[in-house]
Amino acid sequence: MHSFEELVRKAAPAADYWSARWVSETSEQLVVRRDVAQAPQRQRDAGVMLSVVHDGALGYSATSDLSESGLRRAFSNAMELARVSAGRSVFDYREADLPRASGGYRSPNDKPAAELSLAQKFDLLHEVCDSANLGDAIVDRAASLWTTHTEQLYLTPDGGRIEQAWDFVVPGITAVASAGGDTQVRSAAGQYNGFCQQGGLEVLERAGFAQDGSRVAREALELVHAPNCPQGEMDVILMPDQMMLQIHESIGHPLELDRILGDERNFAGTSFVTLDMFGHYRYGSDLLNVSYAPDMPAQFASFSFDDEGAAASREWIIRHGILQRPLGGTVSQARARHLRPGIEGVATTRACSWNRPPIDRMGNLNVEPGDSTLQDMISSIDHGVLMRTNSSWSIDDSRNKFQFGCEYGRMIRGGKLAEVVKRPNYRGISSAFWRSLAMVGDAGTFEVMGTPYCGKGEPNQVIRVGHAAPACKFTNASVFGGAR
Amino acid sequence: MMRAEFDHLADAVCQPVGGVDRVTLYYSAESSDFIRFNKAAVRQATHVSQQYGTVSVVAGARQASSRVALTGDRATDVEGLLAERALLIGELPLVPDDAFLLLPAEVLSTERETAGQLPSAAELIHAVVSHAAGTDLVGFYAGGPVARGFADSRGQRNWHRVESFHFEWCLYRSGDQAVKSAYAGNHWDEATFAAKVAAAREQVELLAHRRRALPPGEYRVYFSPVAVADLLSTLSWGGFGHKDVQTGISTLIQAHRGEAAFHPSIFLVEDTANGIAPRFQADGFVKPDAVPLVAAGRVADTLVSPRSAKEYGCKANGSHAGESPEALSMAGGSLHPADALAALDTGVYISDLHYLNYSDRQACRMTGMTRFACFWVEDGKLVAPISAMRFDDSLLRMFGSGLLGLTQVPELVPDSATYEERHLRSVTAPGALVEGFRFTL
Repeated sequence: MHSFEELVRKAAPAADYWSARWVSETSEQLVVRRDVAQAPQRQRDAGVMLSVVHDGALGYSATSDLSESGLRRAFSNAMELARVSAGRSVFDYREADLPRASGGYRSPNDKPAAELSLAQKFDLLHEVCDSANLGDAIVDRAASLWTTHTEQLYLTPDGGRIEQAWDFVVPGITAVASAGGDTQVRSAAGQYNGFCQQGGLEVLERAGFAQDGSRVAREALELVHAPNCPQGEMDVILMPDQMMLQIHESIGHPLELDRILGDERNFAGTSFVTLDMFGHYRYGSDLLNVSYAPDMPAQFASFSFDDEGAAASREWIIRHGILQRPLGGTVSQARARHLRPGIEGVATTRACSWNRPPIDRMGNLNVEPGDSTLQDMISSIDHGVLMRTNSSWSIDDSRNKFQFGCEYGRMIRGGKLAEVVKRPNYRGISSAFWRSLAMVGDAGTFEVMGTPYCGKGEPNQVIRVGHAAPACKFTNASVFGGAR
Repeated sequence: MMRAEFDHLADAVCQPVGGVDRVTLYYSAESSDFIRFNKAAVRQATHVSQQYGTVSVVAGARQASSRVALTGDRATDVEGLLAERALLIGELPLVPDDAFLLLPAEVLSTERETAGQLPSAAELIHAVVSHAAGTDLVGFYAGGPVARGFADSRGQRNWHRVESFHFEWCLYRSGDQAVKSAYAGNHWDEATFAAKVAAAREQVELLAHRRRALPPGEYRVYFSPVAVADLLSTLSWGGFGHKDVQTGISTLIQAHRGEAAFHPSIFLVEDTANGIAPRFQADGFVKPDAVPLVAAGRVADTLVSPRSAKEYGCKANGSHAGESPEALSMAGGSLHPADALAALDTGVYISDLHYLNYSDRQACRMTGMTRFACFWVEDGKLVAPISAMRFDDSLLRMFGSGLLGLTQVPELVPDSATYEERHLRSVTAPGALVEGFRFTL
């Protein structure tokens, strides 16, 4: 019996270029809600995305039929799509000189999740869910654990072979408190899993998962009895589980090269950033240092090669507030060089699975730590608010006018933390906001966050991204609260 | 992805097994062409053939499920699903009892097939290159057959297969100025597509007028049916689910508590009979033709999943676990669409909205952006395109005290989403004239 690799190389057509990206993914999602375990949800997925460059055009075909005939049929589909696109493509894909690299990657995984039996995992979730039961005012509570193992083999002509494997762990705790006609939701790190990392059970330890249920429920109770966040212009401190969203929406997306090139204008949108800005545009204050960090240990979107087969390396995206390079891979960089010769990018073209073609994504996009302690930042504020944990996000087509909301706020008065406030929201304009960055937290405030749910692309793709950041202080933000 | 293939898998897998009360299979498959364009040229052309089977076993109050990629080869897939079934059966003793597990009591089989006439990739690309030549067209075509199926060991069989396409595109004039168009259906007609592109070419010229920047404040606005559908899609995210009402996090909780109401002319229905979604959900519950959600401005029924039905002691009504509508429909009003601008008189025509979210879920307050061809209107005439504006307003206010009128015939707006698979949801909505819409930035 031939190996998959042998079958692919045998079925590959005579073409300017081809690739085969095989993905196999197994996952398990467990939930205990109100002390009742829900049926475990398992998934076993496998398939291959084939690409062919022919006559300057690019065609893709994805199939879960991994037999020789299935591969031949899919290669034929990809070739046909390239053929009918020839002379009608946005770009001559031969110019991209797509990589034919070899190498590998494997997630850190100190304590594999499989070491716990299903019963043990449910026991853990029961304990966490139970610990969030702080009385009748807690009307709902849930603990969840989502583990995924992904393997990917990327084959290209001339023996190119990249083998990567990832383990992802996504814990979740949510508590809902209701009192006095109001209801408030508090979560461990966001209702959409802001704490998510590569690894095994050590991720749960880093999250403090087993001990966190009562804190989440207690803060839900604090919120439901708290006043609304006041309205006005004031300084804000954003903690890492809100910084991740601020980075994601107002730095990450606008710097995606395919958005700048217009590919996403029908769906996700365009960007206020233009190719001429790279190298000199002041994106934020001098304190803003943003890195593309595919090598960050355990971060959610760490890898060695992107899905065009390019080797990924750490690069500055914004240095001392000045825009350096966009988030775009091999094809996008080659297209952009027609418009801005010499522009560079990063290897970050990725697909969410075997059934979607790769597009420019964020990967790990991090704000680097500064030198302020959290206490320094709080002490520097006479009237402001500290915000934790994203709950609402909206930003315009060009990634300028944003409005974000958080689960939990603490007023800062006279340099000291004061009362809890609920529904803290703020709005602003991306570039003006980053230029108001006044203090950047030190390594002691730095946390590795991310999201499993970055949506983009046509066809749509939800992909994993990582955002690590310290706490940061911004001056004169437009802040407001809820309706009552 | 034909019925015979599904039946073959179902007959092999959904058999009575010792120690197990029920075996179910949920099937989801598609063979899709995905072609994206930028500057009226091909950016990515992709064909995806995918099939998944979710096999589930139940013993007493215990259930375990697994979703498995299928290859399309019958023997291989039967072997894979039987192996998965065996694994799940072995795992059941480790699964705690689920006090809220509920399965259908009745056996209700359904079938719906809609054949179509779809363009080949070559025909589609030729049409775009021919009719959009010289334009900055950016868009996305998704087309091909989509199938969903459900089977269980009691003999229930549900089948839904449709051959359809959905093409959405923008004609850009400059910067972020564009006119968005859509063409969706079962029978592709190149002349219809050409006419839509030609109409968009004319409309995009309206954007040539100097753009007007509006200061934040309250405005009289007209929402196109597409914009209303966007608002209703956001309301679908947490507005109608029974669990959300019971736990108090429903975004319509004020209405459920009697503290707020929509305008008496508002009727919202989960209109399965007239939608494009399957009539069944993954557990095998079959949906009623319609579930009234808002009647004469007052909240009515909720969407009840099997789990919520068991947990809260009420009757399930075919909702999936997420309890969001799949065929939400708002009734029309008395305003003739041709009179909409005249009725607006002076204000803002809003064609499209973007990136909606809640800014205060308890108050049903939403924020989002205007997008594409939105215009300042004076004396019932389009005067100038507006810069993109952020809004923050309560939907209960907008479609309550702020509602001035709805257009007569609601439009069906199919969901173009393709996350994991091509979605089969839709929202049917009229245009709406609203007073005091709040722009904030």
